[in-house]
Amino acid sequence: MNKNKLRCLTTAVTAVLASVCFNAAAADGNEILKSSCASCHNITGPAPTTLKDLWSRKGPDLFYAGNKYRPEWMEAWLHKPTRIRPTGMFYADNLKSGEKYEVVDAAKLAEHPALDKEKAAAVTSELMKLKPHDDLIAKETIEPGTIGLTMGEMVFDKFTGCLACHEIEPGYGGVSGPEVYTAGARLQPAYIASFTRNPQAWDPKTWMPNKHVSDVNIQKIVRYLDALSKEANNAN
Amino acid sequence: MLTNRATLGLVLAGALLAPLSATHAAESAADNYKTYCSQCHGLHGDGKGVNARDMSVQPRDHTDAKAMSARSDEALFKVIKEGGLAIEKSVLMPPWADTFSDEEIHGLVKYLRELCACQHGQ
Ligand code: HEC
Ligand code: HEC
Repeated sequence: MNKNKLRCLTTAVTAVLASVCFNAAAADGNEILKSSCASCHNITGPAPTTLKDLWSRKGPDLFYAGNKYRPEWMEAWLHKPTRIRPTGMFYADNLKSGEKYEVVDAAKLAEHPALDKEKAAAVTSELMKLKPHDDLIAKETIEPGTIGLTMGEMVFDKFTGCLACHEIEPGYGGVSGPEVYTAGARLQPAYIASFTRNPQAWDPKTWMPNKHVSDVNIQKIVRYLDALSKEANNAN
Repeated sequence: MLTNRATLGLVLAGALLAPLSATHAAESAADNYKTYCSQCHGLHGDGKGVNARDMSVQPRDHTDAKAMSARSDEALFKVIKEGGLAIEKSVLMPPWADTFSDEEIHGLVKYLRELCACQHGQ
């Protein structure tokens, strides 16, 4: 009798412990997003429609993450974040005068918090559900094909002037926009096409202009960024 | 007759109010310059923007009265709205038609005249 009671108690304790462990193990992506991410990232929309709101953004909008990112990239990045925007969220806040040009004041840029692998996976699967802009994505058709890096750079720089704001390798190119040497690994091809075609449709106040890039050049840019990200990977 | 006049009045009032309710309210020229132009032309308009280092054609120094007085207000409006290619200049100067309303572009032209402390031809 005594023995039985003891066994029963042990089973109950084990059960409680097991359930505690289980809860800790299965990271709740949604809960993490709300408690640790929403203070800097807009996960509900809409995008800013005034400069005041644009300037006060503390992190990129994630409410259309499922339309934008490659999940395998996001999961790996959340575990080991690297810098994407060389001048931070609003470049004008993070500059100082340099010898010849204004330069970024690196002291003003913070490191991104890192998540353990399990949390990174849980948060990624939650973020990938956010797809309010399926309509914009559906307008794009990505034609398979390749482009040489030299020709690709010609399109990105000489023909369309994108290099003015985007680095195509660390330390080369403009810095007021995100680096694009990993964009092919980071972004879905249809997003690259759609954002290039009409940045304001995604982010009405963005300081990336609509350069009215032709369909042909949009396809070439998508292929170029893909090739570039593979090149960047090889170099690492 | 009276109802007709009242209707006309309403239509006119509507037409006058419509621009105010457009998708975004006009921002000040100084704020627009800081957000969109200074990435290349610099926070002080002197052409020393953070992007300028690797640009094959250097951004215009907007405080350069000599160069800026050679441009008419119409030319400045056109290059902001339609981009460098529209006046046979560099593709690096983007068209900003999808970013600014015409009213905001007129504001920027005025702002440029303050930066250079100059007018067309003087
Ligand atoms: C203190 C503010 C802050 C917090 C908290 C924060 N982030 Fe970020 N996040 C940023 C900034 C700033 C960037 C841009 C980094 C860059 O460009 O180098 C960023 C970038 C990202 C990116 C890459 C997207 C892109 O386009 O650059 C993802 C994904 C992301 N954050 C997810 C998260 C998640 C998930 C959390 C919560 C676990 C989180 N962030 C918490 C500020 C924050
Ligand atoms: C005047 C500066 C500027 C120019 C010129 C410019 N961009 Fe951008 N670009 C930006 C900014 C700013 C963003 C968005 C920043 C953010 O999300 O925080 C951006 C974002 C992007 C993105 C999404 C990157 C990401 O990770 O979110 C792509 C792709 C892109 N641009 C491609 C292009 C292409 C192609 C061109 C040339 C046709 C171009 N850009 C020209 C400033 C510029």
